[in-house]
Amino acid sequence: MTWAIITVLVTATLRAATPLLLAALGGIFSERSGVVNIALEGIMLVGAFAAVWVSFVTNSALLGMLGGMAAGIAYASLHAVASIKYKANQTVSGVALNLAAAGLTEFMLNKVWGQAGGTPSVAKMPDLFGLNLFVYLAFILAFAAHYALWKTSWGLRLRAVGEHPLAADTVGVNVAKMRYWGVLLSGAFAGLAGASLSIGLLSRFVHGMTAGKGFIALAAVIFGKWNPLGAIAATLLFGVSESLGTIFQTLGITAIPYQFFSMTPYVLTMLALAGFVGRSTPPAASGLPYEKAH
Amino acid sequence: MAKESGLSRVVHEAVEAVSIPVLATIVGMIVGTVFILIAGKSPIQAYTAFAQAVAGSPRAFGETLVSTIPLIFTGLAVSLAFRSGLFNIGVEGQYLVAQIAAVVVGYAVKMPEGLSPGLAGLFHVTLALLAGTAAGAFWASIAGLLKAFRGVHEVINSIMLNYVALFLGSWLLNAYLKGSSGQGSSQPVQATAALTQGLIEGSRLHTGLWIALVAAFVVWIILWKTPSGYEIRAVGLSPGAAEYAGISVGRNIVLAMALSGALSGLAGAVQTLGVNRRFFETTAFVGYGFDGIAVALVGRNHPLGVILAALLFGALERGGPQMQAAAGVPKAVIYIVQGTVIFFVAAEGIWRFLRNRKVKTEVKTA
Repeated sequence: MTWAIITVLVTATLRAATPLLLAALGGIFSERSGVVNIALEGIMLVGAFAAVWVSFVTNSALLGMLGGMAAGIAYASLHAVASIKYKANQTVSGVALNLAAAGLTEFMLNKVWGQAGGTPSVAKMPDLFGLNLFVYLAFILAFAAHYALWKTSWGLRLRAVGEHPLAADTVGVNVAKMRYWGVLLSGAFAGLAGASLSIGLLSRFVHGMTAGKGFIALAAVIFGKWNPLGAIAATLLFGVSESLGTIFQTLGITAIPYQFFSMTPYVLTMLALAGFVGRSTPPAASGLPYEKAH
Repeated sequence: MAKESGLSRVVHEAVEAVSIPVLATIVGMIVGTVFILIAGKSPIQAYTAFAQAVAGSPRAFGETLVSTIPLIFTGLAVSLAFRSGLFNIGVEGQYLVAQIAAVVVGYAVKMPEGLSPGLAGLFHVTLALLAGTAAGAFWASIAGLLKAFRGVHEVINSIMLNYVALFLGSWLLNAYLKGSSGQGSSQPVQATAALTQGLIEGSRLHTGLWIALVAAFVVWIILWKTPSGYEIRAVGLSPGAAEYAGISVGRNIVLAMALSGALSGLAGAVQTLGVNRRFFETTAFVGYGFDGIAVALVGRNHPLGVILAALLFGALERGGPQMQAAAGVPKAVIYIVQGTVIFFVAAEGIWRFLRNRKVKTEVKTA
């Protein structure tokens, strides 16, 4: 009996953590390069929609997944151009893209299927040992991201432009190029995260299905100290919290209101930022446009 | 360049200030038109339906103003924070906690028996508004204090606080405030705590409109006619210089965030007492806080600009659903238009880039 409960909890935790981890990896690449990306939520939504659309048209979940990534990259490129080329306020650009993503997906839902609410079922990614392929993919990619950021010269350059762009520029690193890498990768990962919801967890797109997961991922970026392995720990912790909340709610246990579990990621992140639970310090130049001297 | 006279400088500055918001709005409308065409609908029909819904009758215009009122408050909240160099993306959460506070006071506090109805209403409404304002100020102060004393960026904390407020509201509602009339909402506020509706007959336009206009005026007075406002703006323009001049940056960050939160709180309290009259189950944000960011940007962080921008966004919010009903255009187009407007105001570098290029080509051809 206890064993069964543990299995349920572990499976639910991994499922809940997967989209958060993928999106958080995206957030890490963007912020490490010096661009704040609060548009993760909107990019996820666009990716979730595109994945279902491509899967619907081609009847291939694999192509759907790639479609979700491609759409994520395309949507993130707007944020990249606005923040890097035109030095826009990155938070405002993110707000705009989140808003437009909600409108765009709802509009396309209407246009393609002529209905509001959700799409019909499409081909989804298969399961392996009771867990969706996306789950394995997310964890493999997290280790790959760690390797790329800390064991390659490309990673060093990406982190350098996020910490001290002027110094990086002086030694010949192309600041704008590295930042495009960061933001476009965040688009690919957030698009993948969206696909993991729509053709991994479910097999359809539902209006507004990201429901704030992009912002929890943002919290995981911070709680995990802008570090892929940290993000694994953070999203697992947030995943446990979410699945416990769901289990409590389903079983009707009211000793701890389920809303408290939902709040946990946000409260923990605030405490971490304030230095009460291991201090989190963002990349020094995160959020600041870089003006190249002539 | 010849020295400009005072008047022409003022005119020049005014043109400069409104040109980007106006250009962004035009781009937004063009994008909206494209999407209406993609939807296979007639833009003329859509815009006619839109105009009808927004200002086709006194009642319709009254309803447009109903949508405008909360946006004036949230736009003021965001712009006041912007003036001090802070980005209050947490208006959404401050609005939420204020609604809870206003409902609790509006429902639970009883006015003394002997009071005349007019006085009872005045006291009760004032009390509930104060409760909401205080709740909003408190919620925003958390982010303000953490910024001032722990150096944590207010954007992240206010996003986190938004979600904490969302779940806090859901828990409080389900645990303590549930109404008897059914699920999903709290007990209604008492009649004495309700703002009077019907300023325009047949519409829900309520006296919160006057409160919003007074708030805009007060924000203008605070920012430009008081020493505190001067300090807040100085910190916003250059924290280093302000510090050097003996202005406490930390104190002003906390103050500006609290004032901004107070305005968000007023938004929530006024909306509760004027329109909703109860607290509804929150599964997602209503969006007044995020729209407030747009309103502040388009309104150029000036109270007068905020009122005009709030009217624009209020019209979009009111006209969208009607356009869907009357012309078959998905109301999602409205979000796309809003997103586009915000994006192009944010990326104002695009306009500078285009203008510089134009100047360059003119120089070349000359």
